[in-house]
Amino acid sequence: MTLAQEAHGFLSPTGVEIAFLLVGLLTFGAAIVTVTTKQLVHAALWLVVALGGLAVEYLLLTAEFIAWVQVLIYVGSVVVLLLFGLMLTRAPIGRSPDADSGNRWAALVVALAAAAALVWVVVDAFRTTWVDLDGPAAGSTEATGASLFQNWVLPFEALSVLLLAALVGAIVLSRKAKAESSSPPVNSRAVTGGSPSVPDSRNHPIGRKGAVSGTGSARETEAASGTAATGGTAATTGTESAKGIGSAQRAEAATETESAKEIQTPKETDSAEQEGAR
Amino acid sequence: MHLAYPAVLSALLFCTGLYGVLARRNAILVLMSVELMLNAVNLNLVAFDVWLSRTAEETLHSGQALTLFTIAIAAAEIGIGLAIVLAVHRNRGTADIDKLRDTAEGHGPDDRDDSDSEAPPAEQAARSGRTGKAEATA
Repeated sequence: MTLAQEAHGFLSPTGVEIAFLLVGLLTFGAAIVTVTTKQLVHAALWLVVALGGLAVEYLLLTAEFIAWVQVLIYVGSVVVLLLFGLMLTRAPIGRSPDADSGNRWAALVVALAAAAALVWVVVDAFRTTWVDLDGPAAGSTEATGASLFQNWVLPFEALSVLLLAALVGAIVLSRKAKAESSSPPVNSRAVTGGSPSVPDSRNHPIGRKGAVSGTGSARETEAASGTAATGGTAATTGTESAKGIGSAQRAEAATETESAKEIQTPKETDSAEQEGAR
Repeated sequence: MHLAYPAVLSALLFCTGLYGVLARRNAILVLMSVELMLNAVNLNLVAFDVWLSRTAEETLHSGQALTLFTIAIAAAEIGIGLAIVLAVHRNRGTADIDKLRDTAEGHGPDDRDDSDSEAPPAEQAARSGRTGKAEATA
């Protein structure tokens, strides 16, 4: 260990270290932009860059399986969910001046103090530790699957139960609020729309349509606010987006169900892949 | 590779997420910052697992297994969190966590009145849009 540590100084970095440093700078910059930008949708898109950069870091650390799971679940589904959430909560397309709250300077002080303390402690503790990345990959799919299904079977199954609980919880949260908010005003829809106990099969085509019209109205909002910024157009765009959201609100139960399924599905494919690898 | 590189990057990402959680006002941006913090923890777990799997005789790969569990729990968390945020937005007309002060002590009736006076137009617009859409589909 001491010989290896003398051979590897900080002043002569290896190629893997240089690549890690560059991708790390990109990831850190994307994270900074994510938490500081005023445009909400841009924050979600910069989050994609940060999470993708982390997947590349996992690959450089020879953890292949974690990297692909990161790409599948985070970049594939979590960011899509966040974008759906931004759309459904009527997020403004352009710059929103109230994205940061009033205590951002206190938050900056806290974050800088925590960063200084953590970096100091970590560098002081691990400046002589060398990770050997040569040889067979430590995080290949074979190694990860073998350890997961030999030593971690019970937590794995408990995790699937937790995902089921999250799925049911998301559906219950969406459905109860939906029944409360839509029952008073629209009586005609209650007559024509069928019982609230079976909303899913009916809501799917409406959900698609609602989502599409929601993005359409959001684009209209962007175009209108780009051309003119008078009060009249602001009012019309407000009603337009409200109409889109109102139609999209009914789709939320269906959307939540789909998202929960989406969360569940990569997990299933993961386990299938791992069993195939064994 | 020195272990200091991934450890320092993880610490910096965690503090970036910490700043986002404290400074952001929109609930969905707060959820994004929580995702950044969870990813920083994952990077730490993977880096230490790779280091320990080289030095130890036999390993459980506990870091990578815990990383997979963290990713799954983060996915569940983002689903439930978004469901809660959407329910709040539907009931209050806002996803602004600075305005949700119902349980705050010392700000009782004033802020309630503010939020109540702000909520009805948005709710009204949403309802009119919804009825219009219902008529269009019917």
